Amino acid sequence: MKAIKQTGLLLFLIGLATFIALIFTGDFNLNQTELDTFLKDQNYKNEVIAKELQQAVVTKDNLSIFEFSSRTRKAYANANKHYDDLIAKYDAAKNWEKKGAQFQYKISGKPHSLSYTLAKKAGKGFAAQQTSWAWFLTFGLGIIGALMFIVPDVILLGKPGIKNDGIFLSAATNRGWIGWFAFVFLVSFYILLYFYPDYIVNWVYLVDPISKFISGNPASQWFLYGFLYCVVMTVMAVRMYIKYRHNKYQILRTTSVLFFQIVFAFLIPEILVRFEKPWYDFKNAFPLDYDFFFKWNLEELLASGGLGLFILVWGVVLTIVVVPVMVYFFGKRWYCSWVCGCGGLAETLGDPYRQLSSKTLLSWRVERIVIHSVLIFVLVMTGFALYTFFTNEGQVLGIQTQTIQDIYGFLIGSIFAGVIGTGFYPIFGNRVWCRFGCPLAAYLGFVQRFKSRFRITTNGGQCISCGNCSTYCEQGIDVRAYAQKGENIVRSSCVGCGVCSAVCPRGVLKLENGPEEGRINPTDVLLGNDVDLMDLVNKK
Amino acid sequence: MEHIVIIGNGIAGVTAARHIRKKSDKQITIVSAETKYFFSRTALMYVYMGHMKFEHTQPYENWFWDKNNIALKEGLVTKVHTENSNIELASGEILAYDKLIIATGSKPNKFGWPGQDLEGVIGMYHKQDLEKLEQLAPDNKACNRAVIVGGGLIGIELAEMLRSRKIPVTFLVRETSFWNGVLPAQESEMINQHIKEHHIDLRLNTNLKEIKADKNGRVTSIIIEETGEEIACNVVGLTAGVTPNIDFLKESNIELGRGVKVNRFLETNVANIYAIGDCAEQHEAIGQRRNIEAVWYTGRMMGETLAETICGNRIAYKPGHWFNSAKFLDIEYQTYGWVFSERNKKENEAYFQWKHPSENKCITISFDKDTKQFLGINTFGIRMRHEIFDKWLTEKQNISHVLEFLADANFDPEFYKLHEKEIVAKFNKENNTNIQLQKKSWKRIFSKA
Repeated sequence: MKAIKQTGLLLFLIGLATFIALIFTGDFNLNQTELDTFLKDQNYKNEVIAKELQQAVVTKDNLSIFEFSSRTRKAYANANKHYDDLIAKYDAAKNWEKKGAQFQYKISGKPHSLSYTLAKKAGKGFAAQQTSWAWFLTFGLGIIGALMFIVPDVILLGKPGIKNDGIFLSAATNRGWIGWFAFVFLVSFYILLYFYPDYIVNWVYLVDPISKFISGNPASQWFLYGFLYCVVMTVMAVRMYIKYRHNKYQILRTTSVLFFQIVFAFLIPEILVRFEKPWYDFKNAFPLDYDFFFKWNLEELLASGGLGLFILVWGVVLTIVVVPVMVYFFGKRWYCSWVCGCGGLAETLGDPYRQLSSKTLLSWRVERIVIHSVLIFVLVMTGFALYTFFTNEGQVLGIQTQTIQDIYGFLIGSIFAGVIGTGFYPIFGNRVWCRFGCPLAAYLGFVQRFKSRFRITTNGGQCISCGNCSTYCEQGIDVRAYAQKGENIVRSSCVGCGVCSAVCPRGVLKLENGPEEGRINPTDVLLGNDVDLMDLVNKK
Repeated sequence: MEHIVIIGNGIAGVTAARHIRKKSDKQITIVSAETKYFFSRTALMYVYMGHMKFEHTQPYENWFWDKNNIALKEGLVTKVHTENSNIELASGEILAYDKLIIATGSKPNKFGWPGQDLEGVIGMYHKQDLEKLEQLAPDNKACNRAVIVGGGLIGIELAEMLRSRKIPVTFLVRETSFWNGVLPAQESEMINQHIKEHHIDLRLNTNLKEIKADKNGRVTSIIIEETGEEIACNVVGLTAGVTPNIDFLKESNIELGRGVKVNRFLETNVANIYAIGDCAEQHEAIGQRRNIEAVWYTGRMMGETLAETICGNRIAYKPGHWFNSAKFLDIEYQTYGWVFSERNKKENEAYFQWKHPSENKCITISFDKDTKQFLGINTFGIRMRHEIFDKWLTEKQNISHVLEFLADANFDPEFYKLHEKEIVAKFNKENNTNIQLQKKSWKRIFSKA
């Protein structure tokens, strides 16, 4: 068993190393015909870019992706500079008409995105040409290795039951060197994915055949991410199934998030694309889906007929009817722990790190300020977006809608949700995003706190204040503080994962959807003392 | 301002301090030699097992004590001078009190075994025991085998701890079956099996004769009384129960028995001195309870009660219905009311028992033979709702009522398999009754007794 585990780990590491090494492989260049096709597709009005790009990347030289990217970005900069110079010139000459005419020639978008799109066509080499092999040596080995590492636990962990042995003695799960390595890897991955997609174009080749099979299109870096997400969740769900095999709640919950990720977040949107419909994740509720009310999205939906209209209505109904009604009956767990993709990753990939979330009062204070600020931010931004959509004006009170959207997309959508939200799992615990950043969680939390049947009931008298519940609360709730007082736990941030109840050695905690009345019971006195005393204290 | 000094920062002392603070602005000082900050003793095992770090066992953050104006003093109390109303610390320092609360808890029993104080012999009670264990048994290379003496809750927890680091464990239990002085045979037997399944070398009917040492005074083996067998080991855990930790009071004029003698108001024979928790001994037992109860929950309740008294609302300690819980490796155990083992069964007590055919789940309900009044329940592998059983005990319900509404009492996580039907069916068959299981009702669950 040990040998299988070690072999598995070795295979996984080989897969991971190959995956990382793949970035540095491959040759990138274009011939004139390829470039012409590209330029035609892009429909640039900028005439300089053709010449610049031709000089930069139409070559017999085998460029590395970094050289290729650098040249492309330089071409992009030169081409735009050409028109910027003209603009400056006409500006100085106060020739407003000519100045204004120049703006249409400028290329918008990020240089690395242009470089990515071009590189996707220019790549030659192992990943691009021997895709199946490359897939096997990266994804294949990774999956096989990880499963070989995980599955022997069925026997090695012993009898079913809570097995957290050694978690705080392991370098992987106690912010040791393995944890820090995982942190660096994850953060780098997200930075590359969001900001330097051209550098990981070789990874995207790996999933081209799968993308073509599902949606009929070549893969984008987002397809790669979606695919990787599903793979990681599936493999780590196997780990959850083994670890919590005595606990039906955990098994069902894991199955549910896995299903919603694979079917709703991955397959259905891609299949929609195959039928030339808009890419849409039907479970992704606003304001987590923060660009739902952006002008471009609304226009795309309105332009795509009946289905687009249906999506539009569904998106609104989901947010203002389904979400609060479901939270009323089941708490926000129905979404955060049973449906949401972010939650799904947190509960599978992130499960080994759940004990790292901070439970201090200070972090609770920070949490409330930050998450509610994000909620306000998204609401204001949406207000701007809708105003822009209906009035067709680009700005409100002198602030460009586009600017505020860009800021949100960068700060919250990329840095917080991705780089910090997932990258920081191995250091700050697995629900960093859900706890501090997710505007939907804040919204669901309000409903859960003030109008819901959900609570965690406590067998308060039996609590021995051991702290397992608090330690394993991924949301950083000091569960014990309530349990040892015998209070029901009603907190905005509780995602109802059920692990506090699972790890409790005395059976003190139970997730429950009960009557709303009496749900919050702060004055109750612990069971055990005689009733006289209870009456007495209650009277005070 | 009145100065309350509390010796001991366990659950009893700390609960008293917190509740006194809630109700008054008296000056409070907690003295402890064990640790500066309060921690949950019952969680020490999880630190060794790597489930938690020591700081996770501390229910309050370190700033809590300052903020609530509770002074923490590190020091070992060596004497109590009742005539001068002060205590003396090992450092020689004198601390004056107006009211003194003794909450010093327990220490592991030692029964005069030869070698019981050797290097390598430990109890599993104090923070220092944990630190020592970490030194003596960091892994199975440094510790090839450990022997645990004493078949109680701490013993099985220590065995679980050592097994979590793959250290071979021999577990000597004096009784014919694990904890059968407390548990009915059905449960005790199930735990025996479970212990063995966890690769713990369980030796029943076995007593320790002597602990042997090498020339450096370190444990090398133990000898078994009955067979004379010698078992080589590096660590010996003595877990044969606990006694009140009150040696420092012997020269004082506070009345002592096995513990500090207290009346129902938790007052000692000396005015303004009180004792609570494991170290307090009732003159006469309360109901069917023992005079000394070394249980987490009773320590907490005594702390709550005494805080009332100290703050001018003198009330007696009146614990409600007995309850307790524990976990035997993977099997959770809860008990409400009284279920005595066959050995200690009362005249009028009868059992109804159910056991799952394959899983580690079973229950024993004890009831009065004649009146059918429900007396108590032991549940293994099924969680039950404390409030409901508390209510039924207060209402003196009979066993058929308990079975009829058993679904209300289930406290297992959602989607767990329910066994109430099988349980009721078995009772009906055995007793020729026709009890119909009622569906769970929130209304009943939340209606107060």
